[in-house]
Amino acid sequence: MKNDAGKWEKFFKWINGETTLDSVILAKSRRKRFLKRKLRQQKAQIMANKLKRSKRKIENVICLIVAAIFIGILLYTASGLPICGRWENPANNEVTKRYIEKGVEETGAVNLVSGMILDYRAFDTFGESCVLFTAVICVAILLKRDKNNTDITEDTETAEDDAISNADGNLILKLSAKIVTPFILLYGIYVILNGHLSPGGGFSGGAIIGAGLILYTTAFGQESTRRFFTYETFKKISSGCLLVYCFSKGYSFFTGGNHLESMIPLGKPGNILSGGLILPLNICVGIIVACTMYGIYSFFTKGDI
Amino acid sequence: MLKFLTENHYEAGAIILFGIGFLNLLLQDNLIKKFIGLNIMDTAVYLFLVAQGYIVGHTAPIAQAGEAALATKFVNPIPSGLVLTGIVVSVSVTAFSLALVLRLYKKYKTLSLDAVLELLKEDKEDESNP
Repeated sequence: MKNDAGKWEKFFKWINGETTLDSVILAKSRRKRFLKRKLRQQKAQIMANKLKRSKRKIENVICLIVAAIFIGILLYTASGLPICGRWENPANNEVTKRYIEKGVEETGAVNLVSGMILDYRAFDTFGESCVLFTAVICVAILLKRDKNNTDITEDTETAEDDAISNADGNLILKLSAKIVTPFILLYGIYVILNGHLSPGGGFSGGAIIGAGLILYTTAFGQESTRRFFTYETFKKISSGCLLVYCFSKGYSFFTGGNHLESMIPLGKPGNILSGGLILPLNICVGIIVACTMYGIYSFFTKGDI
Repeated sequence: MLKFLTENHYEAGAIILFGIGFLNLLLQDNLIKKFIGLNIMDTAVYLFLVAQGYIVGHTAPIAQAGEAALATKFVNPIPSGLVLTGIVVSVSVTAFSLALVLRLYKKYKTLSLDAVLELLKEDKEDESNP
């Protein structure tokens, strides 16, 4: 009977969201450390409240006025714009006309946006991939766990978190992730491979694959993702794809800005093997984006891939 | 001015959204909410760019194989490409700044910018006269 009461107590705690079912004991030991750290937190809280009371009011009014003036200036400037949605607008000039009318013939891609960003303006997309890569490197520099930026308490807490999530079972999440993840990955691959035929391409497909990997990791833990995707593979794959992109488009620098004809034939527009370099470049971009999405997520949650 | 608001409501909406994001950036004390404001500003810029490329009655620029692609049929594809660049940069900036916020939180245990600045001042005073 006494045991039963303990169970009910645990159950109510779980309902209230205070603790997970199998982690009451763990939580007690954690609470001590938590209280110790709480001191600094309380200090910061008191500081914030004090500041909120004293001088925020005048600043807020000034901010409001500044923002209102800003919006007013922007609206006044934009009122000189031509009416939205007309063909005669200066934004729709001869460049647009050329891209649309010659795009299919020159790039071989039916999706004109894909043809534009990966053929006419491939350097722009290369820059975007570099920006993403730089972002994930910065996040890794700031958040990657090593001896210098973690202490023992943090390590034990991470271990406890893993223990709690393993003990809980997470049956619904695990089962649905098991069913859904293959389809998400397959759909992402489809979107990447059809980037030159239908809406989508490297960026959206890569984001879908990254989301699938994140779902898999939340359900089964990082250990199971590490079986096929470690920090080493992350480094090799993403820098390798960036280099492939760089070499397949960067030769224009050495040929004096002239765009050489690529060796790959353009093929018949509308077929999956068409568009020359667009399909391989889409795959490169997709892999970079997937790696970046998953990398950012795992650096934020566990500090390591 | 009123004529502009009624005729170019996409641009007007984008500018007002930009202002909301800007105000959020200025008024919020919580650092994560500040970056949500920054993201609202980004969204406003996407809306503005897409509105510039839109042409009434034209469809998405995906040609049918075998048919001639006519400029009188499709919307302007260039702003779409620019929006893609914008999205990528916004994702990168958001990830980077949130990583910085996480590091700040690990040190000062607070997300309030003012409290962080005050604690920083205290730390400096402690260093100068121990």
